[in-house]
Amino acid sequence: MIIFDFLAQYWPRLLSGTGVTIAQFFLAAVLGIAISLAMGLMKLSQNRILRGAAITYIEIFRGTSLLVQLYWIFFVLPLFGVSIDKFTAGYVAVGMNIGAYGAELVRGGILSVPRGQWEAALAINMSPARRMWRIILPQALVNMLPPWGNLMIELLKGTALVSLISVADLMFQAKQINGSTFLSAQVFGTALVIYYILARFLVTPFMRWLERAMARKLGKV
Amino acid sequence: MLDHTGFPLEITGETTPMVSFRKVRKSYGALTVLKNLDLDIAEGEMVSIIGPSGSGKTTVLRMLMTLEQIDDGVIYVDGQPLTHMPKQGRLVRANERHLRNRRADIGMCFQHFNLFPHMTALENCMEGPVQVLGLSKAEARDRSEELLELVGMISKKDQRPSRLSGGQQQRVAIARALAMRPKVMLFDEVTSALDPEVIGEVTNVIRKLVSEHNLTMLMVTHQMGFARDISDRVCFFYGGKIEEQGPPAELFGNPQRERTQQFLSAVREAV
Repeated sequence: MIIFDFLAQYWPRLLSGTGVTIAQFFLAAVLGIAISLAMGLMKLSQNRILRGAAITYIEIFRGTSLLVQLYWIFFVLPLFGVSIDKFTAGYVAVGMNIGAYGAELVRGGILSVPRGQWEAALAINMSPARRMWRIILPQALVNMLPPWGNLMIELLKGTALVSLISVADLMFQAKQINGSTFLSAQVFGTALVIYYILARFLVTPFMRWLERAMARKLGKV
Repeated sequence: MLDHTGFPLEITGETTPMVSFRKVRKSYGALTVLKNLDLDIAEGEMVSIIGPSGSGKTTVLRMLMTLEQIDDGVIYVDGQPLTHMPKQGRLVRANERHLRNRRADIGMCFQHFNLFPHMTALENCMEGPVQVLGLSKAEARDRSEELLELVGMISKKDQRPSRLSGGQQQRVAIARALAMRPKVMLFDEVTSALDPEVIGEVTNVIRKLVSEHNLTMLMVTHQMGFARDISDRVCFFYGGKIEEQGPPAELFGNPQRERTQQFLSAVREAV
């Protein structure tokens, strides 16, 4: 079966799978960014308990396999009475995992803002929280956007794992089609191309645009 | 544990100094940068601090701005303790809340300006009044524009710092500090990072403040001529102490201490 016939027949399932992949990506990204921010700030906190909690979180989620984390959330948590549907379990696992990596980027971005900015904000008597939100974070954001671009692509590719708990994403649909047709080259070839297109023509240009927009806001251009 | 029983809970009386350092000590690890500093600055007085690098002069300003914790002694501003607060009849180290209350009296300009790069000149000036003092945007804008006018930067009010020269950035930084209506202004080597041809635009602003406003000012500078012109008093720091102080005419014209003479003649040779 040549590729055009294949696509003509299976495009609705591949499209719906792509839609689920994009949804998983966005939800995991939102969750991951929120966790990154919280954990990154906590890791810089003076409070030993907050700092300890952040370090523990980062170590666990960065130090173990994303697939095992996914299985824990979907298969093990119900044993303790916490049942989550598979769609939610999928993006929660991926988001929590990416949040651990993002926390380090947030921390690094904040530390890269020159000391003088903290001092100037203190000299106009801003509270510690205002100093962070109004002065430091906007500048930290610009510094950490390039590595975030990388992380977002990792995140997109990481969502393929949710197919293993039967979330009907692109990878899940591809495996289903392959199981019934054995057109492995066509189906996994198409999946490969779709993932590449999403990463190369959606995620990367968006991150570039964001970098430029933020740099302009800082007057760096 | 520090014993602060010997320090008054507040300084009262006719001649309460605007700023008072009492037996202030500061060290970084084994290095003591200030030992037993006693310094009173009267309301409206302009005091310049000169001295070789490493003599602790910038540390004096940073402690007063509460950017550095002091190891011993007490600093008072307008009669009230700054670094400490009264608790059950004795002084204990100030908490963040007390610092935020007392810090409102002090403004500071830095060697490297430290303007907020993501804000325009006007926004830099409005940030404190809006976010800290709780002024409305309109009030803060009026106040900020008035001050940008004073420092001659009103025509550049919508520019970001990256579009401004060093001298222009420093003038905006002065306006930003003044927008908080401080009683004490600190200038930390504000001309040291500037090209020679723009130093004048910053020193002229400071001159104007001295002649037209009743601000108490403390300035660390390497510009001896400027310090001589505008100061009421000059303090020469050496090795973490005030080696000699006095009116500029006396300190520059007839220095008593050998260290002062050596320092001033070295500075003169360099020019």
